[in-house]
Amino acid sequence: MSQQSYGEILQDGLWTRNTALVQLLGLCPLLAVTTTAINGLGLGIATLAVVLGSNVLVSLCRHWIPHTIRIPIYVLIIATLVTTVELLMRAWFYELFHVLGIFIPLIVTNCAIIARAEAFASRNTLPRAVADGFATGLGFAACLVVLGGVRELVGQGTLLSDAHLMFGEAARGLAITPIPDYPGFLLAVLPPGAFIALGLLVALKNVIDQRLAQPAPATEPGHPAATAPD
Amino acid sequence: MEFKQHSAPHLRPATRVSRVMADVLIALLPGIIIYSIFFGPGVLINLVLGMATALAAETAMLYLRGRPLQPFVTDFSALVTGALLALAIPPLAPWWVVVMGALFGIIFAKHLFGGLGYNPFNPAMAGYVVLLVSVPGVMSQWLLPPGLADGAPGFFQSLSIVFTGSWPAELDVDALTGATPLDEVRSGLMQGRTLGEITTAPIFGAIGGVGWQWVNIAFLLGGAYLLYRRVIRWHIPVATLGSLALISLVFYIGDPDLYASPGFHLFNGAAILCAFFIATDPVSASTTPRGRLIYGAGIGILIYVIRTWGGYPDAVAFAVLLMNMAVPAIDQYTRPRIYGHKHEP
Repeated sequence: MSQQSYGEILQDGLWTRNTALVQLLGLCPLLAVTTTAINGLGLGIATLAVVLGSNVLVSLCRHWIPHTIRIPIYVLIIATLVTTVELLMRAWFYELFHVLGIFIPLIVTNCAIIARAEAFASRNTLPRAVADGFATGLGFAACLVVLGGVRELVGQGTLLSDAHLMFGEAARGLAITPIPDYPGFLLAVLPPGAFIALGLLVALKNVIDQRLAQPAPATEPGHPAATAPD
Repeated sequence: MEFKQHSAPHLRPATRVSRVMADVLIALLPGIIIYSIFFGPGVLINLVLGMATALAAETAMLYLRGRPLQPFVTDFSALVTGALLALAIPPLAPWWVVVMGALFGIIFAKHLFGGLGYNPFNPAMAGYVVLLVSVPGVMSQWLLPPGLADGAPGFFQSLSIVFTGSWPAELDVDALTGATPLDEVRSGLMQGRTLGEITTAPIFGAIGGVGWQWVNIAFLLGGAYLLYRRVIRWHIPVATLGSLALISLVFYIGDPDLYASPGFHLFNGAAILCAFFIATDPVSASTTPRGRLIYGAGIGILIYVIRTWGGYPDAVAFAVLLMNMAVPAIDQYTRPRIYGHKHEP
């Protein structure tokens, strides 16, 4: 396996192999929680913290973990981190913790995190694992926020409506209501809206990739996706 | 002289998509006429809006997908979707309700799955369910039939209600709109009244609701025309209405105070429209003879179950969509035996 540069690691995590948009991993929390942008941001930051921490620990311990029992050990590490994040949120973001509910403990089952531990952190040095964890977590969090924002906007006609859950009472004023008297479109807030919005986001990403690949197909020989002629 | 040799089959089918869809539109006409006589010009405004939006969305999606426009735009299938959706929406609903439903039906339920012939779900019903779930308040505001409401809105008043969303001062919303018979039965039963007491209300006619029963009889005539033209086969309508009648008869005999009669269930709501026009959608329905019977029976039973014990007064859209989901499995297990082959389960 050839060594990726840091730029490539970042690009992979954020865009090319985005956990949510390309690998479609961790869909359960992704679809269930993103009813508002702030909910998405809360879960996104929690997931970012866990994936970053688990990449750091797995990378540090990678020479001592016996190969045959590596998966249980990863699970233990991730579970420890999730419990820590859960307790921290309970201490400082109690209301947000209640809104997100079961999905904070369920971060432990997010296969994207164990996938990064297994596929990347266990084979790479600490700085590279940090970069990868950061990029993966940020890519996932960004998708959560965008999805939450779209569903909040379409469903209730607001943006950042619960900002005080995250940033304290001072942030109440952050809430935006772009369209006054919006009648609301309940479907976007319900689960089907999550699937439809995610599908549209994936489609949008593919369209952007196609547009980027089209003008200069010859200059990117290593890019297998989306070069087929119409 | 040149003799052209075609490969089999040498008999060419007389039906084309455009012919089938045009027949469906013709068959809808009696129902539409009676419906708009009883419930005013709002019905026609809904129809025009629904059909125009469906056609525009169809054209736009074909263009975006790089498909040929001419054969698909002129096959009337989008018009049928728009018409069926418009008939399912209360007259005088705000214009964006119909438009949003038609857009969702055509774009999401039809074209994102591959367009005509590929959609697993009935586009009109998918659009309707989206509206029912998203704007339930609007979708339950039905006009009262004539005789029960005085001073029904005229054509221009209807237009202004649909497009501005506000009622003119001289008309009273509460006096003109109200619960449908199915709503009435539902809420009456929940208050612990018996059916005998509930159906003494003036909204109930001889078999169905006042007005509604004639609309449904007109749709029944249209359905007979479709059968006569062989646009649809008898299996789905017979199975749908038969199973609905049978299951409601069983419960009606059991306790006529709690369970409405078969006639009430058949001639209220959209049961007849569903049996002949919606469930028979050639794309999303089952295609084998035995499969059609199972599919229709499933719809009939689901309509009864959701109407009686579910959370919504009428259930046609949910029943059709649920059975649409079951169609691949039904078709798989009801494939007719090929002559000369053993039957494979």
